[in-house]
Amino acid sequence: MTARRGLRVAALGYLAVLLVVPVGLVVYRTFEPGIGSVWDSITTPAAISAFWLTLEIAAIAVAINTVMGVLTALLLVRGRFRNRIPPTLIEALLDLPFAVSPVVVGLSLVLVYGRGGWLAGLPFQVIFSLPGIVLATVFVSLPFVAREVIPVLREVGDEQEQAAATLGASRWQTFWRITLPAIRWGVAYGVVLTTARAIGEFGAVSVVSGKVAGETVTMTLLVENRFQNFDLAGAYAASALLALIALATLLLMTLLRPRKDA
Amino acid sequence: MIYLDAVDKRFGDHRALQSVSLEVPEGSLTALLGPSGSGKSTLLRVIAGLEAPDGGRVIIDGEDATPVPAQRRGIGFVFQHYAAFKHMTVRENVAFGLRIRRRRKAQIDAKVDELLDIVALSGYHKRYPSQLSGGQRQRMALARALAIEPRVLLLDEPFGALDAKVRADLRAWLRRLHDEVRVTTVLVTHDQEEAMEVADRIAVINEGRLEQVGAPRDLYERPANGFVMSFLGPVARLGEELVRPHDLRVTAEPRAGALEAMAERVVHLGFEVRLELALADGAPLAVQLTRDEASALEIAPGDIVWVGHTAARDPIAA
Repeated sequence: MTARRGLRVAALGYLAVLLVVPVGLVVYRTFEPGIGSVWDSITTPAAISAFWLTLEIAAIAVAINTVMGVLTALLLVRGRFRNRIPPTLIEALLDLPFAVSPVVVGLSLVLVYGRGGWLAGLPFQVIFSLPGIVLATVFVSLPFVAREVIPVLREVGDEQEQAAATLGASRWQTFWRITLPAIRWGVAYGVVLTTARAIGEFGAVSVVSGKVAGETVTMTLLVENRFQNFDLAGAYAASALLALIALATLLLMTLLRPRKDA
Repeated sequence: MIYLDAVDKRFGDHRALQSVSLEVPEGSLTALLGPSGSGKSTLLRVIAGLEAPDGGRVIIDGEDATPVPAQRRGIGFVFQHYAAFKHMTVRENVAFGLRIRRRRKAQIDAKVDELLDIVALSGYHKRYPSQLSGGQRQRMALARALAIEPRVLLLDEPFGALDAKVRADLRAWLRRLHDEVRVTTVLVTHDQEEAMEVADRIAVINEGRLEQVGAPRDLYERPANGFVMSFLGPVARLGEELVRPHDLRVTAEPRAGALEAMAERVVHLGFEVRLELALADGAPLAVQLTRDEASALEIAPGDIVWVGHTAARDPIAA
């Protein structure tokens, strides 16, 4: 009994030291100078632009990674070639963005799309512009949806899909009416993780953004920028806002989830 | 009517079906009976279009259905583990095929009500599958399959996941249902009792081959080979022949064609008596006698008796 209590205290203490105290401190520091100055610091034109840019990038990255993630999971678990290519190989590839440092991702994008790169001749600018930031964000948040959906698909099995087929449903109808509802929580959780990662990404975005004020500065870059310029209060305020968005995403998920699966 | 013409199916090196030809008469209830891994489920899935055969043809109602995908074969399929649509109510499950066919709502409602009545699930419209028992889920799955008015109903070990009591009830119920609805039905089972009780015809399958097809009684009484004989009921080995334990006759005196044996145990099982013998070569042999036969013989352990088969049937080589 005491051993278990000791373990619990240790676990909670660990969480507190690593997570709760730092984030709490940021929130505390944010509101130290008063709510008015916080409001002022997150409503400057630069902050508003960073806020919308971050949401825009997250929305695009989440949309792309959700569609592609579900598609990848379907091909991997249900696809006709699943027996020919070892799934572990594809799954290892899928984990690559976890393994590669975001800075390396950013640099590799510059090498491919930047001046003198293989794909430098595109009709629109990629590096130091929105497409580059989106590419970097998509890359680093790529695995989440597929990673969440793959085990769910395996567990659900394909009998319901076969039953739908014998009842006359086309593949498309089967996907929308049977498969997607069956994997919806996997997808939802994947979307939440992707959103959190997309909003919080710093390294890869920092390399490709070019930090054009009011154009390619995301929330994380704004925090760094203010921090470098000794605007600590401003940095805390922006950080708190970032944390708030992340919390809101998680909260939304928790609120949606409890409905008992029928 | 379903006609299978020399159907072949391989999974890698494994030949799951080897040139299986079978006719399923219109309106019949045919059981595909065989041990697990015999290929019977694969054959059912080939009929359904859920597996493509590597050779041969599937003909449904005179039309070559081999290239037709499962969606357009007009078959109803019932899975062992129900394959219930978990996120849909009973009503939505049963209505699924009709909604795919874009039937009018009034028509769908009427059909769903009718079918839920037939499968004794009236009043369960708004339940979810998780709120049903196994037997109820399987009846819902059956209603769902019947809703599209299939040309053929295919049942893959439909009672395999249910407990014994529910299984027995559902078997009898399925037989009555078939007598009412009369849709050509193929049932896969590894349980010979289930096949004998429910089916008009039994096709025995072993190692991807069709061993014998016929009425349950014909198969029991005139099995084509030792496998069919031993799969359909208890067998005893008498010298080089296989016989049913109740087709053996025991006498105290020697007679032509009978073998000498020693009684080892006499087991009284109510109406019947099991006589455990040892043949001259030491092989054990169990004989089933009625109580009257046993008391007339007055056999005690250690007695020497003579045993041979009664029936004037062609012997089946062991």
